[in-house]
Amino acid sequence: MYKVILIAILFFIQKGFINAQQNKMVQIQEGSFVPLYGSTDKKPVVVKTFFIDIYPITNDDFLIFLKKNPGFSKSKIKGIFADKSYLSYWESDFDFGNINPKTPVTSISWFAAKKYCECQGKRLPTIDEWEYVAMADEKKIDARSKTEFNKYILSWYEKSKTYENSIGKTFKNHWGVYDMHGLVWEWTADYNSIFLSGESRKDKSEDKNLFCGGASVNATDLMNYAAFMRYAFRSSLKAQYSTRNLGFRCASTTRK
Amino acid sequence: MKKKHIIKIKASLFVLFLLLSVSCKKEITNYSELKTEGEMQAELTSPPLVPKPVGNRTAMKLKVNMEIKEQEGTMTDGVRYTYWTFGGSVPGSFIRTRVGDEVEFHLKNHPENKLPHNIDLHAVTGPGGGATSSLVAPGHEKVFSFKVINPGLYVYHCATAPVGMHIANGMYGLILVEPEGGLPSVDKEYYVMQGDFYTQGEYGAKGLQPFDMNKAVKETPDYVVFNGKVGSLTNGNELTAKVGETVRLFVGNGGPNLVSSFHVIGEIFDNVHVEGGALINKNVQTTLIPAGGAAIVDFKVETPGNFILVDHSIFRAFNKGALGILKVEGAENKNIYSGTIQEGIYLPEGGTIQNMPVTESSKTIMPKRTVAEKIKIGKEIFETTCFACHQSQGQGIPNSFPPLAKSDYLNADSKRAIKTILHGLTGEITVNGQKFNNIMPSQNLSDDEIANVMTYIYNSWGNNKTVVTPEMVKSLR
Repeated sequence: MYKVILIAILFFIQKGFINAQQNKMVQIQEGSFVPLYGSTDKKPVVVKTFFIDIYPITNDDFLIFLKKNPGFSKSKIKGIFADKSYLSYWESDFDFGNINPKTPVTSISWFAAKKYCECQGKRLPTIDEWEYVAMADEKKIDARSKTEFNKYILSWYEKSKTYENSIGKTFKNHWGVYDMHGLVWEWTADYNSIFLSGESRKDKSEDKNLFCGGASVNATDLMNYAAFMRYAFRSSLKAQYSTRNLGFRCASTTRK
Repeated sequence: MKKKHIIKIKASLFVLFLLLSVSCKKEITNYSELKTEGEMQAELTSPPLVPKPVGNRTAMKLKVNMEIKEQEGTMTDGVRYTYWTFGGSVPGSFIRTRVGDEVEFHLKNHPENKLPHNIDLHAVTGPGGGATSSLVAPGHEKVFSFKVINPGLYVYHCATAPVGMHIANGMYGLILVEPEGGLPSVDKEYYVMQGDFYTQGEYGAKGLQPFDMNKAVKETPDYVVFNGKVGSLTNGNELTAKVGETVRLFVGNGGPNLVSSFHVIGEIFDNVHVEGGALINKNVQTTLIPAGGAAIVDFKVETPGNFILVDHSIFRAFNKGALGILKVEGAENKNIYSGTIQEGIYLPEGGTIQNMPVTESSKTIMPKRTVAEKIKIGKEIFETTCFACHQSQGQGIPNSFPPLAKSDYLNADSKRAIKTILHGLTGEITVNGQKFNNIMPSQNLSDDEIANVMTYIYNSWGNNKTVVTPEMVKSLR
């Protein structure tokens, strides 16, 4: 019996290891949390078990994708899928120039990020999934109330050009995921759902949450400035937008 | 229109202002319907400068191009801070309009920026003061337009969540809506805006200082400054005017938290547009400027000298940076201010506080003390007499009071240091590479006390351990 368990453990460790090597994903266990926005009556939302990339997508990764999908290169991408700043720092369609290949790819539109993940058989994480993973520090699943954790996140807003840093240099969180904070912003599948659906329930107008007092009306934690900034950032975006500090990573419901 | 011009010629400017303010209600409806003629690019200026007055121009379509930049800057010597700015300065670019103008606002968020921003202009009549229409992602531009229909001086600021943090990092400025025909002309106009800043280190702690959210929520700033940094209006950046000129200050308060008791030491405001609106108060010493509010003050400078701008919540001025200088040059006017006419000794009859006459000091006994004793007594003297300016660890206050800790000026010449305590010191000196131009008054201390406090200072904070004796002090008295 003991042996069987041992073998089973070894088997899973190995399988996990191989998967991590190939797909760089880790499993996130089901759980629930109260997000800053988006939960009805401030009740916890349940996040089902899913898988997420350990690292954001790098310039190197994206170049491989573009070579297979040239329709998403700088010059070929359709105007409705990306604005003029799409991959603006790349030298040409298949050349990101002298920058470190292990830096996160940024200046990517939502459409391009979505397509990339689909080509891997994956998808973009939802806001709730992303926030659920992002609330973990090195030790705790939910470190949102830790002062130091919040300070760390906030300090990133004051550092310029962090997109020049390689992936994997920030801390490894409880789930084994890197770079949720401290590197670049990341796209989510439903990045604009909060302010649209959240407000349409009430008075059919958009964006109201975002301004002055309005921002605090539906928020669950007024001290969570770090999260405020993420929600504000997301709601300033449109799917064809791309900015130098915005990258992405993929998620999946099943193991890939 | 014609009628008003005739009035303007005949009446004094003050009367015109009263008329304007009295007839304000009627004007507002008119201005909202006033047709604009022509189009122009708005001149934008960094503080302390303001754009040219509108004068007699008609209402126009005014294009404003404002770029948002998140950038590192200097809070005070050795202290860096990441400012978020409208137009690259704190406060942001000054916008000057006239009532009836139609402003086409182009808000651009620099691609290197990390955050979305927007702008809420208090001069706008509409939802969010423009904020609802102007949320702009990094690398993008938003355009919206509004008509300015109420004359006055207004604050603008970023209103993106978390609003307090955007304001605390410097995202505010002023927009002026001049009345028809413009404000009365003056000789000098300047732009001054107060703000409070919250850093993780205490005042003066070196290096890049991150924003401290907890201090901001508790409303305990480390810095309260004019125009975004300590020394923005001192040490070579003084505002200037000549005797006889009339100076107008457009004063704003970005907050995020504190209310300013704005005062110019040695001046009385001839006119204050209270809260930036149409009401004019006269002969005002200190005017209250709310967070997210403004005031227009003007005054004629009659005498030369340095006039100090302060928030008269006075510890903010001397310990947190809310201090600026208006330097007025020209001929003295002894009728208005005489200067010191006579210096004398005042001996109240029967009073208990008596100064030791200078000649008597020779008769006092000079106690022999060990160095340890001197340091112990000297420390007590320092902590009652010296620390308010030179600070508890002798670190001084940048731009105001020179440091005593590891001070090259102090260590170079102990006789000079003793004389400074005995006789005071006025004028520019250089300490550890920084220039100071301030006044230290002579201190009413005995030879023994001076010897003790000097010994304490020389044996503290990395100084050269000189031991000063009462005899040394006496010989220099």
